[in-house]
Amino acid sequence: MRRPDEPGLDTVARAAATPQRPQPYAELGLTDGEYERVRGILGRRPTDAELAIYSVMWSEHCSYKSSRVHLRQFAEKAPPTEALLAGIGQNAGVVDIGQGYAVTFKIESHNHPSYVEPFQGAATGVGGIVRDILAMGARPVAVMDALRFGPADAPDTRRVLPGVVGGISFYGNCLGLPNIGGELAFDPCYAGNPLVNALCVGVMRHSDLKLAAATGPGNKVVLIGSRTGPDGIGGASVLASASFGGTGEGAKRPSVQVGDPFMEKLLVECCLQLYAAGLVVGIQDLGAAGVSCATTELAAGGGTGLRVSLDAVPLRDAALGPAEILMSESQERMMAIVEPAGVGRCMQICATWDVPATVIGEVTGTGRLEMSWHGEQIVDIPPASAADDGPVYHRSAQRPAGQDKLAADDPAALPRPAGGPGLRAALLAMLASPDAADKTWVTEQYDRYVRGDTVLAPPQDAGLIRVDERTGLGVALATDGNGRYALLDPYAGAQHGLAEAYRNVAATGARPLAVTNCMNFGSPEDPAVMWQFAAAVRGLADACAALGVPVTGGNVSFYNQTCGVAIHPTPVIGVLGVHDDVRRRLSIGFGAAGASVLLLGRTAAEFGGSLWAHVAHGHVGGRPPAVDLDAERRLAAVLAAGAAGGLLAAAHDLSDGGLALALAECCLAGGAGCAVTLPGDPFTSLFSESAARAVVVARPGSEAAVTDLCAEHGIAVAVIGVTGGASLEVAGLFSISLDELAAAHRQTLPAIFG
Amino acid sequence: MTRVGVITFPGSLDDGDAARAVRRAGGEPVRLWHADHDLRGVDAVILPGGFSYGDYLRCGAIARFSPVMTELVSAARAGLPVLGICNGFQILCEAHLLPGALTRNAGLRFVSKDVRLRIENAGTPWTRQYAEGQEITVVLKSGQGGYVAGPAALAELGARGRVVARYAGGNPNGSAGDIAGICNQAGNVVGLMPHPEHAIDALTGPGTDGLGFFSSVLLSAARA
Repeated sequence: MRRPDEPGLDTVARAAATPQRPQPYAELGLTDGEYERVRGILGRRPTDAELAIYSVMWSEHCSYKSSRVHLRQFAEKAPPTEALLAGIGQNAGVVDIGQGYAVTFKIESHNHPSYVEPFQGAATGVGGIVRDILAMGARPVAVMDALRFGPADAPDTRRVLPGVVGGISFYGNCLGLPNIGGELAFDPCYAGNPLVNALCVGVMRHSDLKLAAATGPGNKVVLIGSRTGPDGIGGASVLASASFGGTGEGAKRPSVQVGDPFMEKLLVECCLQLYAAGLVVGIQDLGAAGVSCATTELAAGGGTGLRVSLDAVPLRDAALGPAEILMSESQERMMAIVEPAGVGRCMQICATWDVPATVIGEVTGTGRLEMSWHGEQIVDIPPASAADDGPVYHRSAQRPAGQDKLAADDPAALPRPAGGPGLRAALLAMLASPDAADKTWVTEQYDRYVRGDTVLAPPQDAGLIRVDERTGLGVALATDGNGRYALLDPYAGAQHGLAEAYRNVAATGARPLAVTNCMNFGSPEDPAVMWQFAAAVRGLADACAALGVPVTGGNVSFYNQTCGVAIHPTPVIGVLGVHDDVRRRLSIGFGAAGASVLLLGRTAAEFGGSLWAHVAHGHVGGRPPAVDLDAERRLAAVLAAGAAGGLLAAAHDLSDGGLALALAECCLAGGAGCAVTLPGDPFTSLFSESAARAVVVARPGSEAAVTDLCAEHGIAVAVIGVTGGASLEVAGLFSISLDELAAAHRQTLPAIFG
Repeated sequence: MTRVGVITFPGSLDDGDAARAVRRAGGEPVRLWHADHDLRGVDAVILPGGFSYGDYLRCGAIARFSPVMTELVSAARAGLPVLGICNGFQILCEAHLLPGALTRNAGLRFVSKDVRLRIENAGTPWTRQYAEGQEITVVLKSGQGGYVAGPAALAELGARGRVVARYAGGNPNGSAGDIAGICNQAGNVVGLMPHPEHAIDALTGPGTDGLGFFSSVLLSAARA
């Protein structure tokens, strides 16, 4: 990479004249074949700057080159819907929620940076997803985080987890976005590769929708936000496109970006004011691959060209050369297309917010992306060749050798607790396990109240945000994933992730509407991983079709492995639902005494990948619970109708840890006990993880109406007990006081993390 | 209708919530911009929570030099009711309208939780709707909420009834004397670390206990 004061800048003319000059494409992550392909597109060798653009845009992270052939199913199998205003391929999907409102939401990984530098890695993960939402024209209104770490008591987890949580707290709180939910899970498979998946949701009016398209030749390209520095050059794109360990990785490690949430807050307010003033023709955020990504995607999206002067980019480090500017992943930047007549007003608004803004180029009708440096042309490429037409690989996939053995290792063979004392101890052990323990240590570091529209947040099943104060319209969001289920059966595991998030959203009384996903997998170059990935994508696409909820966007994170050992396949699924009146939301807490507790759904003995097997035996084997999407759909209908009709006082979905854990959580959340009689075999009744189930509390006098509603939708229902008292009592087996439940539940994380 | 100004600094976050609380209490919120030398004739002013200037240098240290603060400081000295919430409290301390400072929480982590407060002084324009000794539940959310002041200043605050509220259910951040809020000598300027504006509706907060701060100032303005 050349410095500006160095002679011999690599111009387009020079590239044409020196076709044989050796270039460091391999160091930048391009294969021999990909480099040849660039030469073929250009009809010459690329300049240094062009090589920089192609290397980041064709990275796995930006190009989806290994996943694209599979991800097509999300569109091909998408259920018919009128709710989708913008779908896959945009920065984030946009969904019509009625009353003229639209919401946009997306989940994205920041796994690799968060392992290298937990605090800044997680912080900039929040910043990046917020800009994706902002780029669609929406005001970001809430965030969530799905986190997975190695064993809670492992020394490195004590480095990584507090750093990640601290980074999310630092960035999200300072940015003023309520954190309304997420996940926290632990497994040895994430020890060298934590998963940090950040979700953001934004709200807009239909007419506010913005697209990443540079239209209108003559319009100006305005770079808004932070100055460009040498941050994370090749960071997200290169880090997330290679695994840790092995050889030659050292040079890629120190590439984590540094976040400034204050600048992001100004950028958000500034952009929203630019939108409101009608000044923005098209806009793109600068995330992975920075200026390279924004310019190529804007030009490709608009079917136009751009002429950009890289000298005009404001720098934090004057020594940066053009290739470095193109690859820099400096945070808190946006690129807007503005009509010439609006530039003055645009600059005024940016100045109001003390946000730097600079015209760096203009839209052309040439269909080429052209860039100059010190008056010399250094980039001249067809933008779509970098943005859309990257390499596509059909990676080989092979069922892992151990898959059959894993399936045959049925948990039925594991010793089970019998009798009251044994079952009681098993429940307390699960309740105290890091996976199921109270998450207050984490959530207390996040502001859930800012903006004043948070109706539900942890430990509720889903986050719920009010959108319209007058009508009570709102949106519910949940993310779920289960790596153990997905390891045993990636197809079913992905479907379980979707079904659980769908159920969680429904449990608040909302109607599930749309899906986002973050696919966390090992190396796509490993056929066993590719088999898992293909199965998970197929499972999710099929399940979305069955449930009638389309995938609106998402993210794939490959290379989640250290020293050749991949994580469990971990599809994390986010579901968004619309709540017609948030005042009628259901929470999980048991309230007034004397109300009937009902179990909805069918229970079978299903323990493969269960929390019980994990906590009691460290066991993962057998088959995950059966997926019944039709039952999920009917259960959701019961919950929505029950909430809307005022029949229910509380609802909680059943998932990890089965009925036992759900009842304990309901008691602790509401501060009231219950007495139940188990409907079948005690162990199965308490701990089975059969899907499509929920526990609900009927409002006094509504028990028969709830039962009728279940019958109408073909959902099995049984009255299992009644709320009240100061303990969780299971008839004939055991009783645990709320104090003892609370002690078991609440001490685990503080004991480990301080 | 009583007009209550809410100042927006760069990085203010709870300005919309403060304005909503004023409206909910029956007043008219008036948005004020940090860069304007103008209080627009309001009857009272709220400095809202947030991270003005990203907490750079020290919390509130830069916002205290915002143009609007010139007018605010002289109006406050002349008796205008002023409430600083969280970052607003920090700004009031930096502006020397209130004594002491807010420091890093004792646990060194951001703390966001519902807290119990005991109202110690129900005579200020922001607390007269409460009874002395009344306990209320509001929201605390801050990383630098630990109140500190010299021994003499603390003694004076206590002796002159200038502690407006103390934490009642355990000290969440290491504040001296469990102090959650204080006022100036005249009582018109109040700084409060927790957020009453997030406790105005049981749907979106822990209840409605916080509404009293806003209805108090409307009552005060009506009497004045």
